[in-house]
Amino acid sequence: MENNLKVPTMAEMMATGEIPDILFWVGCAGSFDDRAKKITKAIVKILNACKVNFAVLGTEENCTGDPAKRAGNEFVFQMQAMMNIQVLNAYEVKKIVTACPHCFNTLKNEYPGLGGKYEVIHHSELIQDLINNGKLGIKGGGVYKGKKITFHDPCYLGRANDIYEAPRTIIDKLDAELVEMNRCKTNGLCCGAGGAQMFKEAEKGNKEINVERTEDALKTNSSIIATACPFCNTMMTDGVKNFNKENDIHVLDIAELIANAADL
Amino acid sequence: MISIICFVLLFIFGSFWFAKNIIQIRKNILLGREVDRKNESNKRWKNMFLVAFGQQKMFSRPIPALLHFFIYVAFIITQIELIEIIIDGLTNEHRSLQVFLGNFYTFMISFIEVLSILAFVATLSFLARRNILKLTRFHKPEMKGFPTKDANLILFMEIILIFCIFTMNGADEVAQLIKGNPSHHFIISQYIGPLFFSKIQSFETLHVLEQIGWWGHIVMVFAFLNYLPYSKHLHILLAFPNTYYANLEPKGKFTNMESVTAEVKLMIDPSADPYSNSNTNQEPQRFGAKDVTDLTWKNLLDAYSCTECGRCTSSCPANITGKKLSPRKIMMDTRDRLTELGEYKRKNGSDKHDEKALLNDYITEEEIWACTSCNACVQECPVNIDPLSIIIELRRYLVMEESSIPTELAGMLTNIENNGAPWQFSNNDRLNWKNE
Repeated sequence: MENNLKVPTMAEMMATGEIPDILFWVGCAGSFDDRAKKITKAIVKILNACKVNFAVLGTEENCTGDPAKRAGNEFVFQMQAMMNIQVLNAYEVKKIVTACPHCFNTLKNEYPGLGGKYEVIHHSELIQDLINNGKLGIKGGGVYKGKKITFHDPCYLGRANDIYEAPRTIIDKLDAELVEMNRCKTNGLCCGAGGAQMFKEAEKGNKEINVERTEDALKTNSSIIATACPFCNTMMTDGVKNFNKENDIHVLDIAELIANAADL
Repeated sequence: MISIICFVLLFIFGSFWFAKNIIQIRKNILLGREVDRKNESNKRWKNMFLVAFGQQKMFSRPIPALLHFFIYVAFIITQIELIEIIIDGLTNEHRSLQVFLGNFYTFMISFIEVLSILAFVATLSFLARRNILKLTRFHKPEMKGFPTKDANLILFMEIILIFCIFTMNGADEVAQLIKGNPSHHFIISQYIGPLFFSKIQSFETLHVLEQIGWWGHIVMVFAFLNYLPYSKHLHILLAFPNTYYANLEPKGKFTNMESVTAEVKLMIDPSADPYSNSNTNQEPQRFGAKDVTDLTWKNLLDAYSCTECGRCTSSCPANITGKKLSPRKIMMDTRDRLTELGEYKRKNGSDKHDEKALLNDYITEEEIWACTSCNACVQECPVNIDPLSIIIELRRYLVMEESSIPTELAGMLTNIENNGAPWQFSNNDRLNWKNE
């Protein structure tokens, strides 16, 4: 399907002698996972609409190594990190935005020690900035006006990096009613995907973590569960399906909420 | 004279034995690997002041926080009275500070009495929470046996201590009245003294009662002090250094292993000098941790600082959903194993290592692989203990030294190595989403 998204790569820009202001690190989920690709496109729509001078690495991007590191394989992590750092440094990248809190955490906290020093922001922070600077306007809250939205804090955005307010300020702009779950912010419950759990079956227990977390969300009677992480999105979507509520409750990324509300 | 000798003996023996145990604990902690936690001392002091002294993180659960605060303040303020007890014990005087302090003395003892009553209420509530209400976090599998007895014993000791204080002050109040002296006007014992002891008309009996209270108090103090090194209650001392030395980096940041960096650099850049980084005097370190000696001294300090409150476990997504992982157990196992190994080394020489290890003999692989690295346990801990870093070190050992890893994760790692993504997609397709 053709669309009119403008997604320049670093290589293309370099060929024309242009330098982007910011690199959009798409991440593996954002590149390959069907659900997460929609989030990626929502972000590109926002970047295009706000005329942000950005580029992606495209096929030159590689896994940050986060799941390898959390799974205990430091070799694979550092191999990935150093290869990525070579690419990023070759393009003289200064600033990176990413929609994946796991990529965000690794690029921001673990790459500097290996020679990759960049200003790294999460897409919730970028969108917040765009709204605050008046580049992105939502008229009257758009389609979400008055709806109940609950926000699930991704562990690697919240506890890991103390970012709790940026996604909430964004939801605030929708004129919706933000209903917090009992366990939120610093007390937020994990969706169950972190620490490389996404890629394996859970250990024996009496419940799946995403089901436990979805129950928290259902208790808020919200029609939308907002997340800011592709893995949380998958887990919560599965959780909602587990309760056969997929027709009533939608799991959406904050970028999708904004793109829809701004009618992009 | 005999009482002075008894007191001095108690004092010397009590202090000596305590010091001996603390030195052993310090030695055990220093069995851990080096980690630099001396930078940014201003932030560290601030952390210690807020988290340990101010109990900031306790207050995320207000009811136990308030009860705990009563006991904490009573404990700290009672130390003033302890100074007097020590002076009295050494000089065979009676209330030696009263003469110097006058009205302030009355105020101070009254203040301690009020706090003691609050602490008494708190202690009873804690016993009720553990034994009558049976809060789930106090009844997890790792709490069976000694840990539960330990917790109750400490609470009983506190009750005895409080009884001793009021026996001492109460009997003294009545004794003063019999002698025709004015009351001390201690805010609580001026009432409960006559209430319990008014039938006793003999000054001698009252004096004996007061002495029982006095000796009971000081004996309990030393018993308590010497029980600490064997108990979870060591947190009352170690909370302070533990919060001072706590991690200041973002919680999501895991350490980059330097030993791995050196090797990876060689793989990526064949022209690099393989000997540039090597320190020939140093034995190559094990990747990750198999035993407590592979952990950092801060991990080990964490283990001794844990008071087994279980806030970590009650917030752990794996534990909540019935998995075997319990962050509290990780800390308790680390301490138990360290105590065992330290004892072994004390008997057999510091270079000796027994056959056991933290991994498998204490902590199973099933527990380690259940962790989502969500940092809830780290966030919850009121004294800034970090169970997650121990879990990750154990994973590192399993994966890099023993190649023991769940099959699906092995596949994920292969995918990253071959395709640059955790799934089996070709990297050439990475930008396909653009045109879909």
